[in-house]
Amino acid sequence: MTPEKVEKALFIIFAVIAIASALNILLQRSPIYSALSLIGTLLSLSALYLTVRAQFIAAIQIVVYAGAIMVLFLFVIMLLNVPKDQPQIEKQKGLRYLAIPFAGALIAETFYVLRLVPARALPVVAPAMADQAVGTTWSIGVGLFTSYLLPFEVTSVLILMAVVGAMVLARREGD
Amino acid sequence: MRISNCESRNSQSAIRNPQFVMVPLSWYLGLSALLFTIGAVGVFIKRNAITIFLCIELMLNAVNLTFVSLSGFFGDVGGQLFVFIVMTVAAAEAAVGLAIIISIFRNRESLNVDEVDTLKL
Repeated sequence: MTPEKVEKALFIIFAVIAIASALNILLQRSPIYSALSLIGTLLSLSALYLTVRAQFIAAIQIVVYAGAIMVLFLFVIMLLNVPKDQPQIEKQKGLRYLAIPFAGALIAETFYVLRLVPARALPVVAPAMADQAVGTTWSIGVGLFTSYLLPFEVTSVLILMAVVGAMVLARREGD
Repeated sequence: MRISNCESRNSQSAIRNPQFVMVPLSWYLGLSALLFTIGAVGVFIKRNAITIFLCIELMLNAVNLTFVSLSGFFGDVGGQLFVFIVMTVAAAEAAVGLAIIISIFRNRESLNVDEVDTLKL
């Protein structure tokens, strides 16, 4: 098999897994199964990041997203003992038939933009420069601490605010 | 300037080595569009606050895929740095959102968003 066919096969395999587990999020009634399906989507997206040579983001996707954030979700779901999603209460039945054309329109809009996408190849990196290619820890680190230093610092302030806010919100009354 | 440099390098390498034209960029963007639509549909049809939250995370990830694939194909690291920051914001959002969900559950014993409608006119 040529490298092109291998890459296309890998893309199709992981894209199908991603879409199937994304649909499974909608089909499951119990939130814990939805969360586990989302982890499947996150893992297959991480494999897709590797096919566009974004190694650092692929690793961070697994460690931070599938690891830390989803564990937080599962922890809260198990802590709250969340009931299953109730069967839908129909208030306005007409809206249901309006929903299908709207979803179709959203897909059509997003695919309409793809007309303008040029046919491109991934940049080929010389072996001597492989350590400094886009997507390695080196290039991310250099970018983060030079031209993107201000967004980086602002993000750290945001995280601090989120930590304080979460503690205030989740505190019991009267503590 | 930087982008145009990459562009010329890309097209040259593509002409010299036709086997390096791998998966087209539009496939990645199409997958991202599909995942975003699934996430948007989930936000509207789900009643459970936590599942709605999961669908929002799915939409964030669909946009991240766009950023990463464009960054890879154009050879500019900016998109990947943006994804790094989006992930941090998603972590902050998850922490605050789940804290709000915990306090809603404590007050109402339910996570059904149809029952949490105090702000509704």
